[in-house]
Amino acid sequence: MQHVDSRKDAGAIPALDVSHVSHSYGRKRALNDVSFSIAPGTFAVLLGLNGAGKTTLFSLISHLYDTRHGSIRIFGYDISRAPGEALRRLGIVFQARTLDLDLSVYQNLSYHASLHGIGSTEARRRIDEVLAAVDMSGRLHDKARSLSGGQMRRIEIARALLHRPPLLLLDEATVGLDVKSRAGILADIRRLVATEGISAFWATHLIDEVDPSDHVVVLADGNLVADARVAEVIRLTGTMSIGEAFSRLSAAAAESVP
Amino acid sequence: MNIRPSDTITAATAAKPAPRFGIGNYLVCLKGILIREGLRFVNQRERFISSLVRPLLWLFIFAAGFRQVLGVSIIPPYKTYVLYEVYITPGLCGMILLFSGMQSSLSMVYDREMGNMRTLLVSPFPRWFLLVSKLLAGVAVSLAQVYVFLAVAWFWNVKAPPYGYLMVLPALFLAGLMLGALGLLLSSVIKQLENFAGVMNFVIFPMYFASSALYPLWRVQEASPLLYKICLANPFTYAVELIRFAFYGKIEWTSLAVVVAFTAIFLAGAILAYDPSRGLMTRKQDTGGNG
Repeated sequence: MQHVDSRKDAGAIPALDVSHVSHSYGRKRALNDVSFSIAPGTFAVLLGLNGAGKTTLFSLISHLYDTRHGSIRIFGYDISRAPGEALRRLGIVFQARTLDLDLSVYQNLSYHASLHGIGSTEARRRIDEVLAAVDMSGRLHDKARSLSGGQMRRIEIARALLHRPPLLLLDEATVGLDVKSRAGILADIRRLVATEGISAFWATHLIDEVDPSDHVVVLADGNLVADARVAEVIRLTGTMSIGEAFSRLSAAAAESVP
Repeated sequence: MNIRPSDTITAATAAKPAPRFGIGNYLVCLKGILIREGLRFVNQRERFISSLVRPLLWLFIFAAGFRQVLGVSIIPPYKTYVLYEVYITPGLCGMILLFSGMQSSLSMVYDREMGNMRTLLVSPFPRWFLLVSKLLAGVAVSLAQVYVFLAVAWFWNVKAPPYGYLMVLPALFLAGLMLGALGLLLSSVIKQLENFAGVMNFVIFPMYFASSALYPLWRVQEASPLLYKICLANPFTYAVELIRFAFYGKIEWTSLAVVVAFTAIFLAGAILAYDPSRGLMTRKQDTGGNG
């Protein structure tokens, strides 16, 4: 199997450090000895076809599942040993919609603030800030049910930012959205990385969401097959584009599966 | 765009230990979970109405119809003959708590399928605290339902001594905790919403009918010794008796001990099942993504 790895020293404390992580559902191996790290203040893309293991990896990083093999650290905090410290540094946008449709935008965000121990006065101030950040200030009292798919995603991103995490995890955040909404959300996250110093780990299977300057981590059939800058991946696979490189790496991984 | 009043993040600032959560933070979290559960209940009016209609139907129709058939002798805590409606009222309170506990379990399965559950589980507070908060929120909602039911029953002339309405509160709370904890435990093992019908058939109905909720145990013993033994092994029987005695300002110690013990067992089981390092959640594939 082709494996591209040109990782450089990302500094003493990576935003995310995944080390030799494996996970199985019964006999089905979902992740196989996956290791990579993401430097602070970077936008990294997790590329993988459906079933590659992206959501399993995110479930392990967010401590929904326990890391039984290997370790995951968020800014140095082991998710299994210090889950509280690690989760305080993590903002998550899940692939599935997780807003409570019967509640208003404010009630949804306020609930999240309380889950991070943020009192009501401070929560109100932060809610105003994050809604402004995602351009949704006018929808504070609207029921989540009344929002479009793109607007719901923006609210979920605002929610993920509410406790001011230094690392954002976004699992196929643009799935099911139209082209304009997709581009807008992606641009917002990139802007946050550039202006706020946030690190973002963006899972997708859509090649057009990858920027030439991005760090890409490619999963195929639960295996890590690339972990490098886009240009490096293209160079090392001998291809012309990241799309071509991704196809080649995924195909090579599929061929190597017994 | 600026979401931080302070400087941009550096690796060093991000890695600095955050201040530990104090009691105030825990209370904020608990309050948030209580408010959310309350809002959900208020927003789902059908749930409120159906939770009330079910016991009222039993009280108005079933009890009226069976009053003559199922005469009740003088048994503690009653000092005189009581109407059958009065006898089954504690059982109907238990029924509300039982259905509410299972409803809360259903909503957790729904939340898990829909993804909402994850927002709770990725909170930095300890998992046991989140589950206990969720349980307390469910119990608070079910207590409100019980008191609305008791108010309607009062107008129907089914009354307990006035002090009983206050005395019964701790008993209702404990019974609600036990049944809510059972619901929590069941929600951890139910994979899909469709499986919930099984809970109705195999948990709710057997628990309710094989108990002292509808008929005194001495009558059950006369009719079927086996069913009597089953009733004695059913924790719901003890929840109902705890409530029944509390209405008259009395503590039924055996019931209290059984309810407390089963609450501890169910809750420990639920906390274990939802613990990512030991529980069942890790072993089964989630439905939240396809990556």
